[in-house]
Amino acid sequence: MRIFVIFLSAILVNNFVLQRFLGICPFLGVSKKVETALGMSMAVIFVMVLASVITWFLNSLLEAMGLGFLRTIVFILIIATLVQFVEIFLKKSAPALYEALGIFLPLITTNCAILGLALINIQYQYTLLETVFHAAGAGLGFGLALVLFAGIREQLEFADIPKPFQGLASALITAGILSMAFMGFSGMIRV
Amino acid sequence: MANSIQILKKGITENNPVLIQALGMCPALATTTSAINGLGMGVATMSVLVMSNVVISMIRKLVPAKIRIPIFIIIIAGFVTMIDLLMHGFTYELWKTLGIFIPLIVVNCVILGRAEAFASKNPVIPSILDGLGIGIGFLLVLTALGAVREVFGNGTVFGFTLWGDAFNVFVIILPPGAFITLGLMAGLLNWISISRQEAAKLKEKAKKEQTAKKEGQS
Repeated sequence: MRIFVIFLSAILVNNFVLQRFLGICPFLGVSKKVETALGMSMAVIFVMVLASVITWFLNSLLEAMGLGFLRTIVFILIIATLVQFVEIFLKKSAPALYEALGIFLPLITTNCAILGLALINIQYQYTLLETVFHAAGAGLGFGLALVLFAGIREQLEFADIPKPFQGLASALITAGILSMAFMGFSGMIRV
Repeated sequence: MANSIQILKKGITENNPVLIQALGMCPALATTTSAINGLGMGVATMSVLVMSNVVISMIRKLVPAKIRIPIFIIIIAGFVTMIDLLMHGFTYELWKTLGIFIPLIVVNCVILGRAEAFASKNPVIPSILDGLGIGIGFLLVLTALGAVREVFGNGTVFGFTLWGDAFNVFVIILPPGAFITLGLMAGLLNWISISRQEAAKLKEKAKKEQTAKKEGQS
């Protein structure tokens, strides 16, 4: 039950983009088309689960050695290396998947949602199983927000927006309204 | 001298990291629930930016181009860890409210962006100035955003009570308020720069007409 609550609250209640403000850069950057948004979401979900599991083991190792203060440096290096490895691995073994995710993978290294997720997992002292579900939920939540936002922006292309508010300004206000809609979920689960 | 002031000014106005380049949005939105929090986050980011700019510009000729990004990230992560520990020691309350956004300075695109675009190509002194300029630009936006959200959401500014709970828009303090306030700020800035450009155009037009008249007379 606890696992299900963690999973669902990561998708809806504590949505990574709209409530926690993690991963805003790709959220604003690759949300012009639904298709690219889908590709990006897939890549993020994939890397999030993988990175969470690896950083969970690494954290236990660091804690055991009393090197907790090195966490930030170690985690960012691991995530950067992991993304590189995933890219090389996919290129060799699953070219179709690589074609689909290819261009989004390098962008993920600087996505603060990945490092943020790894740090939140540690902060809440999740077990390994909880970590996996939290990561999957966070990734799905990111994807949901991104795809919804891309859908709205595709429609906004045809809207007659006053000149000063074109681009970034209107995108931010749209995100604000979407975030308000997601606040409706906050009564659902108490975490 | 004039050149160095130029570098400083550029970071605050035309290269402003948040409002113009749309970099570093996550901390700008997440930590600005009050003016003090925005200021604290701004100062932390600025310190990391200046220090990493200094070191990267010092070693810029020794770093092989192919592995420069990992090296930059390690340098930045080192400074972030320092700031994290310092804030834990000296400003514990602020450290607690900013939470994971202090370690997340590592992935703030502003810092890696400046390392790549400026510090890795310029000597130390201009790099310090660039770091300061961009850092101040970041800090000003965060403080302003924090102050606006605090005034309208909580009726206080920097902890001083303005009108208390009399007429607060509570949503401004909550996550949607961050998006909407920053959106309105960006829109306002665009509106100012567009109306300025139009005013400049009108002036030029008037000037041209005058000179044309003069030429006609002569």
